[in-house]
Amino acid sequence: MVDERKPTVREEMADKKLEKKFDKKFNVRNWELAAELRTLEEGRDGDAKAARPSFNHSQADHPATEPSMTQAPPLGLRLRGVVKRFGEVGAANHVDLEVPSGQLLALLGPSGCGKTTTLRLIAGFEHVDAGVIEIGGELVAGPGVHVPPEKRRVGMVFQEYAIFPHLNVLENIRFGLHRYPPHLREERVKTVLELVGLLGLEKRMPHELSGGQQQRVALARALAPEPAVILLDEPFSNLDAGLRVRVRAEVRAILKQANATAIFVTHDQEEALSLVDQVAVMLHGQVQQVASPQKLYRQPANRAVAEFVGEANFLEGRASGREVECALGTLETQVAVQGPVDVLIRPENIELIPASAQAADARVRSQLFFGHDQLVTVQTTSGLLLDVRLGPAYHFAFGQPVKLRVVGPVMAYPRSSS
Amino acid sequence: MSVSRMARSLSPFPRRPPSPEGKGAPARSLPSQARRAPLSLLLTATTIALLLLLPLLYLLVRTLGIGEEALALLLRPRTLRILWNSLALTLAVTGVALLLALPLAWLTVRTDLPGRRVWSLLATLPLVIPSYVGGFALVATAGPKGMLQELLAPLGVERLPAIYGFPGALWILSLLTYPYLFLSIRSGLHSMDPALEEAARSLGHSPWQTFWRVTLPNLRPSMTAGALLVALYTLSDFGAVSLLRFNSFTRAIYVQYLSSFDRSLAAVLSLTLVALTMLLLVGERRIRGRARYYRSSAGTARHRRPVALGRWRWPALLFTLGLVSAALLAPAGVIVYWLVRGLLAGEQLLPVWEAARNSVIAAGLAGVIVTGMALPVAYLNVRFPGRLSNLVSQSVYIGYGLPGIVVALSLVFFGANFAPFLYQTLAMLLFAYAVRFLPQAMGAIRATLLHLNPRLEEAGQSLGLGPRAVFLRITLPLLRPGILSGLALVFLTTIKELPATLLLSPTGFTTLATQIWSATDEAFFARAAAPALLLLLVSALSILLIMSQEPGD
Repeated sequence: MVDERKPTVREEMADKKLEKKFDKKFNVRNWELAAELRTLEEGRDGDAKAARPSFNHSQADHPATEPSMTQAPPLGLRLRGVVKRFGEVGAANHVDLEVPSGQLLALLGPSGCGKTTTLRLIAGFEHVDAGVIEIGGELVAGPGVHVPPEKRRVGMVFQEYAIFPHLNVLENIRFGLHRYPPHLREERVKTVLELVGLLGLEKRMPHELSGGQQQRVALARALAPEPAVILLDEPFSNLDAGLRVRVRAEVRAILKQANATAIFVTHDQEEALSLVDQVAVMLHGQVQQVASPQKLYRQPANRAVAEFVGEANFLEGRASGREVECALGTLETQVAVQGPVDVLIRPENIELIPASAQAADARVRSQLFFGHDQLVTVQTTSGLLLDVRLGPAYHFAFGQPVKLRVVGPVMAYPRSSS
Repeated sequence: MSVSRMARSLSPFPRRPPSPEGKGAPARSLPSQARRAPLSLLLTATTIALLLLLPLLYLLVRTLGIGEEALALLLRPRTLRILWNSLALTLAVTGVALLLALPLAWLTVRTDLPGRRVWSLLATLPLVIPSYVGGFALVATAGPKGMLQELLAPLGVERLPAIYGFPGALWILSLLTYPYLFLSIRSGLHSMDPALEEAARSLGHSPWQTFWRVTLPNLRPSMTAGALLVALYTLSDFGAVSLLRFNSFTRAIYVQYLSSFDRSLAAVLSLTLVALTMLLLVGERRIRGRARYYRSSAGTARHRRPVALGRWRWPALLFTLGLVSAALLAPAGVIVYWLVRGLLAGEQLLPVWEAARNSVIAAGLAGVIVTGMALPVAYLNVRFPGRLSNLVSQSVYIGYGLPGIVVALSLVFFGANFAPFLYQTLAMLLFAYAVRFLPQAMGAIRATLLHLNPRLEEAGQSLGLGPRAVFLRITLPLLRPGILSGLALVFLTTIKELPATLLLSPTGFTTLATQIWSATDEAFFARAAAPALLLLLVSALSILLIMSQEPGD
């Protein structure tokens, strides 16, 4: 990570003492200095810093942002076997997660699946019962180790934003920069304000801001101290539906521009699939699958994930290798599997072809029109109900006989013997 | 038994004078549906309100009538000294109460202090102690003829450090008023969004730093509200200040009343005190409005881990125990000591019995009359909202907010000059109670009336009942709980009342309150002990009663 735009902060700094400290220890680059100041006081090892990402970059200036290092891309965050119990209830059951730095991950799951607990464990608001958490390569939680939240380099954006009501926008954003030298502080705040697009609103009080603006303040505040990881707890649930899509895109752009490592917690699939580089689906306190949105949707790891993400039709079938026999005929599978299986067919992967009553596989039972698409439910000759998604142009009458055709290879999951 | 319920019931100042918006009024007539109030009701309510305002208006007129001389009186060194005394005491008491209440509130809400619920309750109990009983307890403990002196005399201790004057007043008033701040800060702590502090932690602030930079600033509204209550209480207090011989406004007014034939100075002092009180009351309303800004987003109810005290548990417990002892146990102990001592010395209990009987009669009559007077005003305010009815109901709160001695003095002026036949009769005393405590009864009746669906009365009308019959057969029976609780409230507040009773009761009519006061003044502590104990029990009973009337949290 090379940066030679600005004069080094070393030249700007008035404090000679600190300057000397840096001279002794590092070969300093200006963007590193600000990030180093906090850790300097804790006397952490200098080498780990080489791996830390830069938050001052804009990708436009430096299109080639590959780290010029010999080692593997650094991990922004790692969880291994993390367990947290509340009484009898296991909120987090052996959670494993790895987030490369600069990537956005979504923790997706229904309410009560343990995702918020996981977030709070990463932030340090809860103690782990077992397992290990590393942030930026440093151990923050583990056997006999618990680094308190103020010492972890974690930024957090809460669901209700939690902006300090007694401070204005500028003071809010400046809040985490209390260990920076004054001129660096002002510079950093300005950079961040510009990043989130709130220049000019510095003197406003929180109650004078709209919901979207408040959220940006919360984001700016978390980003200002250049944390190793940013955690966002359902950040869009407080916004009106119409605002949500636009704000989501903006937030993603901001995070990417800051080259931040971020984890979103959400129960909204649309949000998870559209916003991030990787999705981790969490059910019953365990991470079921971590994959890119596309892979997650096309190849869910198990039946539970398939049912949670997107709509699903399941048929019973019998598989041998890459082929499976089911009520809709012989279908190709994506992964080789043997024996009795549940076959997953996504509604948009079924085609309906009008047919005569004798040749038909099924009859149309209901039709729900949504404008941009429609959901048609058909019943096969064997009595099975299937959901089918079609474009708006088609029209089927109630009871109309149709032939079904499955598009593309399907997923098949071994059926647990009951 | 919830501490927050206590908080609501024990504020000496009305929750809010009735306002047109009708906050929290579920079944109120809509302004568009507002009927015109029947003339008889309007006349009755307005007459009552005017009657209650009359003495105070008279005081105003009387003082302004002094003219130029009033200003000269005000600027005399002695008067300025009194002003300084009052302000200094108010500031000091507020400061000390804050120093006591803040750590206590934090300990009982945010930490794992053992027995926090018990401590919370005990910490609030000093509110049941009337200030003159507190004064009595202090003087009886540490005064020249007090318990400590008696116990230590054999050991050769000649004189104890002085408790009369500023030190004593400060001690007693701080201990009796800190619960207002305590309750206020507690509610502030409870309602704070935990996410704020977590956000501060995630931004690199240690728990200590978080407390200073986030928790404390967000507590400012509750601290200010509580501090204003403390200041108002201190400024208006008569009992403790007069027994401890501290020359603040209230005592000076009383002394002037007793000594000089011309009571102009007393009038001037009263008006100055009223002005100060009004200032504080206005400030309190402004603060309440501003506090709105501190809740910018709805906080989720998140589980909060209590701060582990560890070794600090012991100093914390010591502090809490010390405070509770000083405020509760010590006074109770001293009272019992003197009671026993008195009984052993053959102290007569007959005067106590007489005083108690008088107290009950006065308070009982007051309860009935005041509640009766409050009924039309409350009914007008709730059922026929409008500019006039709001004016009427807001005006009765003036007497409630003023110091008791001022109300008493103005009635003395009024009685002496306008109604000499009423002067020093029971009727005048009851009128004083009405001026002071009508809003209490009104509040209780209003609360019940607000929950009474007007459709019930309309149903009565549709069944052929005239307005009077509707009131007698439908409204009144349903209002009974409110009326009774108003009655009880007025009874229990009146029985503890001191300044008006001192100035206005007929000769020879002693109540428990005046007996305690005069006995303490003359250092006959044994004589004051039994009434003090009785009053404490009555007071405690009143708290229980008030809390059982309140709707659940």
